[in-house]
Amino acid sequence: MSAPRVHGLLASFANGEGLLAAVRSLVNEGVDGIQAYAPCPVDGLAEALAPRPSRLPRAALAGGVLGGGGTFALQLYSAVYAYPINVGGRPDASWPMFLPPALEMALLGAALAAFVAMLWGNGLPQLFHPLFGMARFERASRDGYFMVFPCPDDPVERDAVRERLHALGAGTIEQVPA
Amino acid sequence: MSAAAPLAALDAEVARVLRRHAGRGWWACMAVAVALCVVLVVAIGVLLVRGVGIWGIDMPVAWGFAIINYVWWIGIGMAGTFISAALALTRQRWRTSLSRYAEAMTVFAVATSGLFPILHLGRPWLFYWLTPYPNRMGLWPQWRSALVWDFFAIAAYLAVSILYFYSGLIPDLAQLRDRASTRRRARFYGVLALGWRGEARHWRRLDTLSAVFAALAVPLVFSVHSMVALDFSEALVPGWHSTLFPPFFVAGALLSGFAMALLLGVPMRRWLGLESLITGRHLDMLARITLAAGLVVAYGYATELFFAFYGGDRYEIAVMRQRMGGAYGWVFWTMLACNVGGLQALWFGAVRRTPWALATVGGLLVLGMWLERFMLIVTSLYHGFLPGSWGMYYPTRWDWMLLAGSVGLFAALFLLFVRLLPTVSLHEMRRQLLREGTPG
Repeated sequence: MSAPRVHGLLASFANGEGLLAAVRSLVNEGVDGIQAYAPCPVDGLAEALAPRPSRLPRAALAGGVLGGGGTFALQLYSAVYAYPINVGGRPDASWPMFLPPALEMALLGAALAAFVAMLWGNGLPQLFHPLFGMARFERASRDGYFMVFPCPDDPVERDAVRERLHALGAGTIEQVPA
Repeated sequence: MSAAAPLAALDAEVARVLRRHAGRGWWACMAVAVALCVVLVVAIGVLLVRGVGIWGIDMPVAWGFAIINYVWWIGIGMAGTFISAALALTRQRWRTSLSRYAEAMTVFAVATSGLFPILHLGRPWLFYWLTPYPNRMGLWPQWRSALVWDFFAIAAYLAVSILYFYSGLIPDLAQLRDRASTRRRARFYGVLALGWRGEARHWRRLDTLSAVFAALAVPLVFSVHSMVALDFSEALVPGWHSTLFPPFFVAGALLSGFAMALLLGVPMRRWLGLESLITGRHLDMLARITLAAGLVVAYGYATELFFAFYGGDRYEIAVMRQRMGGAYGWVFWTMLACNVGGLQALWFGAVRRTPWALATVGGLLVLGMWLERFMLIVTSLYHGFLPGSWGMYYPTRWDWMLLAGSVGLFAALFLLFVRLLPTVSLHEMRRQLLREGTPG
């Protein structure tokens, strides 16, 4: 029979500065797969974990081009091919008049794409997660600062990791079942 | 100032939302709001059965309360997004306390306003004909019409303001989920929070999202209310046909929205005990920006008058004369008394430091802006080019019921918001307090 699988070690920190310092020194040592949780953004924390900024603005740009360009093309199609109406001799393709709806739909498309990109990048919605089983983790949305360290299977190594985390200023350390 | 009191107030705000009983005051307000909603339902029901003939509209005044209420509500709905977005882009830290309830106000005001153009259509159940879709009749919308532009503008604005409001709420919903004492509530907030955990990279993505939203929302606010103005100025009617209209309408929208934020914020902060989060300084800043928007509106009134006489068009001049001295002159002068006269009180520090005085000025401005819409619509229409097309507009009781009902709908939605969600952004405020020690 194999040992119960473990998601990681949940270490609590007193504040954002402590968490940031611990994350920085672990990342500098080359540790991968750390997660850091805080009730509000901590300056520098995300950058320490992933230096590359999010690609969300590009998704917004794509959504905007698609929304605006698509609406413009739709108007052109309907006013020139599908249903041309002569209004006081104005040209069918009176494109300046097509810009306002295209502008509005460009903004809507960009906003929708950005929102979906945020959910996609963050892996939401995800109503179940191993961390939700931890009673202590409930503080993470209020005033708790936590680090989840990928847990080695070997118990000896695991104790070494615990030692290391304590040395970095962690308070309680718990095992998170997967 | 120490951050301990505001931080405790944040926890108290969560505890208030999660309280089992809403309290008598809330129920009393809700009872009034629901009664008005019943009035709204009756007014709409009778309208659907009997048609727009039950309203006071007729020739020559074919646009009445429905359009007045629509422009008034959507104007109120401009301020929340402006407070959140434009003040975020310009790094005005005092917005943090105000953004959440102002955004809620925006969503509800836009939703309320959206009812009116649909009801005004005459056959509201065919409103989907405004959308472009392949159909058996082979019909498409008339893309050169400002009314079609407006439909797209409202739809986009409503969707974006809901997304903006909701994305800022997700971490706060997670906190409510974690602190809920009953399983039902934990599930309710848990599903809405989508499983938010507050990982550092997730926070950064949400931050990027809110910056992108802010950058999109500012042009959106300006364009949406400009489209509303183009509904008027695209026509050749004297008093409407003016290039002044889009900026003039945007300033008016911001003025009415800021005024509504004052009117709602002052009692809310007192009844919910939010004084350490929404401080006197916040109200002071809100009053100042109201004053700034109001002065632009006053400049708009002056410009409108000046250009009518300077342009020398006899019909424009006649409309301006009728506005000031005609049958609806009292509307014009009451509006000026509210929007220009009442506004000047905000120059005084003593007024800006007295919450009830601010709420009073806010109420006057909200009323004044409704009168402005009445004046713009009715006094431009009731005297046509020929004396043969002159006629008065008298609202019927159905018009009044619809107006009162829309206030009830807005109030009911806002009360539900106050009951179910934190009225201050918990995570933004916490970050601000940890960084700077003050609520802004």
